[in-house]
Amino acid sequence: MVIKAKNLDLTFQTNDGPVHALKGVDLEINQGDFVSFIGPSGCGKTTFLRVMADLEQPTGGEITVNGVSPEEARRARAYGYVFQAAGLYQWRTIGGNIRLPLEIMGVPKAEHAERVAKVLELVELSGFERKFPWQLSGGMQQRASIARALSFDADLLLMDEPFGALDEIIRDTLNEQLLKLWARTEKTIAFVTHSIPEAVYLSTKIVVMSPRPGRITDVIESTLPKERPLEIRETPEFLAIAHRVREGLRAGHADG
Amino acid sequence: MICVILGVMIWAAGWVLNVQLANGLSSEQTSVKIAIPAIFGLTIVIVWELMVRGFEVNPVILPAPSSVLERLFGEGPILWADFQQTVLKGALIGYVVGTVAAFVVAIVADRSDFMTRGILPVGSFMAALPIVGTAPILVKWLGSDWESKAAVVALMVFFPILVNAVAGLKDTNSMQRDLMRTYAAGYWATLFKLRLPSAMPFIFNGLKIGTTLALIGAIVAEFFGSPTVGMGFRISTSFGQLALDMVWAEIVIAALAGSAFYGAMTWLEKKVTFWHPSQR
Amino acid sequence: MCPRKGAASSGGRIEFNWHNEDGCIVKSVLPVLTVVLAILGIWLLAVIPMNMHLVADQAQRDGVIVVPDEPAARQAFSGVGLTWHNPDLVPLTYNFVRPRLPSPQQVAGEMHETIFTKSITSKRSLVYHGWVTLAPTLLGFLIGTGLGVLLAVGIVYSRVMDRSVMPWAIVSQTIPILALAPMVIVVLGSVGIQGLFPKSLIAAYLSFFPVVVGMVKGLRSPSQMQLDLLRTYHASNTQGFWALRLPASLPYLFTSLKVGISASLVGTIVAELPTGARAGFGARMLVGDQYGQPLVSWAALFAAALTAAALVGLFNAIERITLRRMGMAAV
Repeated sequence: MVIKAKNLDLTFQTNDGPVHALKGVDLEINQGDFVSFIGPSGCGKTTFLRVMADLEQPTGGEITVNGVSPEEARRARAYGYVFQAAGLYQWRTIGGNIRLPLEIMGVPKAEHAERVAKVLELVELSGFERKFPWQLSGGMQQRASIARALSFDADLLLMDEPFGALDEIIRDTLNEQLLKLWARTEKTIAFVTHSIPEAVYLSTKIVVMSPRPGRITDVIESTLPKERPLEIRETPEFLAIAHRVREGLRAGHADG
Repeated sequence: MICVILGVMIWAAGWVLNVQLANGLSSEQTSVKIAIPAIFGLTIVIVWELMVRGFEVNPVILPAPSSVLERLFGEGPILWADFQQTVLKGALIGYVVGTVAAFVVAIVADRSDFMTRGILPVGSFMAALPIVGTAPILVKWLGSDWESKAAVVALMVFFPILVNAVAGLKDTNSMQRDLMRTYAAGYWATLFKLRLPSAMPFIFNGLKIGTTLALIGAIVAEFFGSPTVGMGFRISTSFGQLALDMVWAEIVIAALAGSAFYGAMTWLEKKVTFWHPSQR
Repeated sequence: MCPRKGAASSGGRIEFNWHNEDGCIVKSVLPVLTVVLAILGIWLLAVIPMNMHLVADQAQRDGVIVVPDEPAARQAFSGVGLTWHNPDLVPLTYNFVRPRLPSPQQVAGEMHETIFTKSITSKRSLVYHGWVTLAPTLLGFLIGTGLGVLLAVGIVYSRVMDRSVMPWAIVSQTIPILALAPMVIVVLGSVGIQGLFPKSLIAAYLSFFPVVVGMVKGLRSPSQMQLDLLRTYHASNTQGFWALRLPASLPYLFTSLKVGISASLVGTIVAELPTGARAGFGARMLVGDQYGQPLVSWAALFAAALTAAALVGLFNAIERITLRRMGMAAV
């Protein structure tokens, strides 16, 4: 078990009263899972991701990452985080950006070149090492951001709506590439998204959440095979799962 | 009279030429972009010369450019000595001291949000004050040689650079800081790899402001006491001797030094902040 | 209470502002107070070693035992060292008649006396001197700003002016014309033009170029999208100016105004300096220096600083009110 959350609570105190960003969240994520979190704004999906990353602290319940607290996992550099925006440093080349975590974590310099080449190949950006971020398109920048998260061999990948700002055509390509990458590297991936087809296409497990208070309304184990061409999105099986997700969202909306 | 008419004609010709160049087909070329203000400036100098001759203006009030040029080339050694005293010793050393001090304080203040919130308003306040008024006091404390001038300059450039550095260090957005947290990066790693590079546009803004202030501070401070060398000294004594062309010669040197200093800083800015949208 | 807004980057432009980015004055008061008190504390401590040598000399003349008692031997000691040996002289350093570093209460006392107790028409009143400095500053500032705005409009709408004049406007900001200020005063004085006008000229010059540069930037700030919209309305240049460019330029104008007024004030003060001027802040600073009355210099310096702060603060307030009424946040 990679992630184990039990009765997790996160309450913010604001001027208008307490906001229950997460309430009573129970979840287990296993090694090699691809888990999507989907739900409307305010349902807590990003908050849960950030709790896993030790970017937020829960106010109740417990959570372990790789068997230790999120803080210890963060100190041990156990995961790579991908944000909604690529967030590359404009003053470093793509290669330089990928080297950033390596420099900070003290990875020996001799290994840098090899690692950079390896992850660039994984995201199909080989040869772009010396380019600057503004010379790349939005989709390519986001791929570079993913490469950066892979460069230090963390087994866990936390992705917060990484393709949300991109157009649908690029998104399809990137979804395909992400699946191939996941198959090759066998990492555990937690993926937050707004898009139902994306969630169903990518995941082995779909966590449906709803707001006020932020909670899990459904956990769907996907019955789709591991190898998924894009055409699978038109099969009845796919549509059935998507339908179940939609129902879960609607139910959560009705309560909240 | 002929001179005056000639002057008017040249002014008109220069203007027409510039209109042609500015509205013509090659107006975007770099050579043309430099030529237009150059023609404008040259026209002004020529007209100035002709007007001074034509109206027989008293050289005490406004000397002719030709006499200023004569002085420039004739008094080389004196001008060079003045330049060394004022620009190299007074302005430059003061600038470096002020900049280093500002950086140290900025980084110390950066370690505490409380201190940042205190220093930013106080620093902006001090930057708006007539610091040059401390010159007589500093001359009394540090003597009349270049040290007091450097002190005035250091004080003058300290506040704008400090304010810009503090604001620049504050400017990183939360996503970038979160990314550093996921790498479990410490304060110093975050400072050197993220916050200092992204603060550079702000810092250079302050550094450029400082270049102008440095020269002004050094020259004005010399009005209050100086050994017998220095641009401010030369300006005020030449003035007392009614040698206005020498005054203007010094001003020309000051102008060139000021523009060169500012230009060097701009060049450096382009090299360091090449990535910023304003430079691309 | 204090609203939580996202911090907005001001693109490298820093101005004196009572409010921090969160728009909350309360959150800033305590840190600012701490910094100010810290500075005051350092000042209070520094008074002792700075004045100790002079105090020791005076004390010896008054018959007090001073260690060491040879003036020549005392030269070898630093201010701090001398203090260490003569702790009983410390209180005297705070009230010394001709201090190297006056204590805060001495400066405050002198300012209080020359501002509030002297009649406004007296030659020793700081209010009188303040007005002598302020009048040409304000007049020059108005002239410089007015002309600067006009030139900026000219630059934005005429390519020739843009290409020929604008580079010089930018370059001129790097030329230390301020050094010429006293000369201009004397030259014009010798031709018979004295008083308000020459100083106003300098103040006008110093605010002119910042206003030109800032106003040009502001008039050019509307996005291409906005300009295209006006083209679809077939708006004339004049309509475009009043409806779009001028309102868009106001935040930039206010920034330049603040730079301009500070520059004008400094210019006027420098113009008063080594030219035998008898009135104004600059003159007082010099008089105090020349006649061995440092308190007069320091009081004038602080009064000038307060005037600068008040002017910038006034412009900040005007900026806030104006921009709020227009629904724009300050840049």
